[in-house]
Amino acid sequence: MSATAGSRDRGELLKNGAIQLMLALNAVIMIYPLFVMVMSSFKTNAEIFSSPFAMPSSFSLTNAERVWTETNFVRYLANSVGITTAAVALILLFSTMAAYAVARYQFRLSALVLMFFLSGMTVPLKLAIIPLFIQLDTLGLVDSYAGLVLVYVAMGIPSAVFIMTGFLRTLPRELEESARMDGASEFRIMRSIMLPLARPALVIVAIQNAVPIWNDFFFPLVLITSDDLKTLPQGLTVFVGEFTTDWGVLFTGLTLAALPITLLYIVLSKQFISGITQGAVK
Amino acid sequence: MNNGWRHTAKAFRWRRSLWIASLLTPALVVMVLFVLWPLLSAFRLAFYEFNGLQPTGFVGFENFRKVLFETPYSDWTYNALKHNIIAFAALMVFENGTAFLLAYALLKALPGHRIHQVIVFLPVVLSAVIVGFLWKLFLHPLFGLVNQTLALVGIGAIPWLGNESTALGSILFANIWHWLGFPTLVLLAGMQRVSKEVIEAARLDGAGDYVLMTRIIWPLIAPSVTIVTILTFIGSFNWFEIPYVMAGLTGSPGGATDVLGLYFYRTAFGSTTTGIQDFGQGSALAVMMFIIVAGVTAIALRYLRRREIEL
Repeated sequence: MSATAGSRDRGELLKNGAIQLMLALNAVIMIYPLFVMVMSSFKTNAEIFSSPFAMPSSFSLTNAERVWTETNFVRYLANSVGITTAAVALILLFSTMAAYAVARYQFRLSALVLMFFLSGMTVPLKLAIIPLFIQLDTLGLVDSYAGLVLVYVAMGIPSAVFIMTGFLRTLPRELEESARMDGASEFRIMRSIMLPLARPALVIVAIQNAVPIWNDFFFPLVLITSDDLKTLPQGLTVFVGEFTTDWGVLFTGLTLAALPITLLYIVLSKQFISGITQGAVK
Repeated sequence: MNNGWRHTAKAFRWRRSLWIASLLTPALVVMVLFVLWPLLSAFRLAFYEFNGLQPTGFVGFENFRKVLFETPYSDWTYNALKHNIIAFAALMVFENGTAFLLAYALLKALPGHRIHQVIVFLPVVLSAVIVGFLWKLFLHPLFGLVNQTLALVGIGAIPWLGNESTALGSILFANIWHWLGFPTLVLLAGMQRVSKEVIEAARLDGAGDYVLMTRIIWPLIAPSVTIVTILTFIGSFNWFEIPYVMAGLTGSPGGATDVLGLYFYRTAFGSTTTGIQDFGQGSALAVMMFIIVAGVTAIALRYLRRREIEL
């Protein structure tokens, strides 16, 4: 009896060891390329080519300095920050307002309005880029921050309305009823009573939209042509074109571009994961 | 505040409607202007011929005929379509297959499983542009990390992105590295919803890992498998950024990595090599891609959902 239990334990131990080995191997495959990227950003071309696996001879910031001064990198970074912030703020504002109307009030067209928003979730807006381009061109919004931000807002609203409606519906009705009895205006009820409770859902919506917008390349590629308006992923393609043979600078550019979101991810990994897989995980 | 009591019911209702309407208006206006209208136009424009940005006349199915039946356009279309299908198949087998194994390993909740979840998901948060350029450097025939590593074991320099036979596989590899964490954690979440009692009961009946995985977990995570399959399909048919960054707008070498997304972009917005820029043909391609994605998704959803219900 104890002998079979013992061999079972040993079998279990062996199996767990194999699983740990597989996970460790995967971790190396995921992390090592990024580690090499960061280390190479401190190297000279000669170092990268002749000793790719070695640590840099010194952690000099020469490459970073060149990226900072010789390229438009800072401008691209600022553009990405501005565009992502504006788009996410507007998505949160507009979709929370709409979701609040659908979730907390009964009115005749409410089901239809919700359905209109939800059907937007299935639309791949990339495929409508030609009419979208013509539309923005007529409005004079091609090659402008506003045009790009509005496209992102339109793309973000459907799923944001979906998540916010679902969340706002779960809040107990008694809360607003008693405030209404006390004579609070509808705006006050929304602003001071309901929305503070919706904060967890707002965080999810913000991350779910901020990550793809921050990383997006397709819409800037089509809509932005002025170098001064380019976003970070788009600017990176310009940058790579200019420094094709200077690998130290290239790795530095990639490292600096990856840095902001990686740091945020390390701090907020739980929220990032649930925000990005939201929709696929129920 | 007292005069609030004097409002007639009608005035009260009117104010309430106004309040609701003002809540809905901004979102509705943005959606109509930038989603609904462009989408409806997309279907209409596919039937027009263009001069630059201006539709000049209705031409019926002419644009569709060109991209489907007239060389060289049709050759480009089918070549790109073929690569989208290969990409879908490869991602299903290699990306989602690996993801399933990793999810099962993470389900055991052995020490360190949380950090492994964070690690596998890390590349997912990076831009495809960063991932694409990074792997383009690593796959460089002479100085890239991949060939430098292979040189250690005596394998000669392989021009991964320059060879027609290895280029598509190489960018698929970069894509898998980028996205692996997503299906892994979606499948893991599905597995975690399988009740502990069911797993315990199977274990007591003497089910080993293999039986547990194939007979209990696999059928019970059908909803997650459905969603991963559909998202992989949509992703493969809208694939654009990594091929663009790693293989360029023309899908080099020699169209070996061309996909519908690149071909569509070239047709709609022009490319330096072909000099063709045609909104009409571009719209026809977009409509066809839309129909493929929407059609297959609808059919797959019905078929895969049936598998879920039968359980």
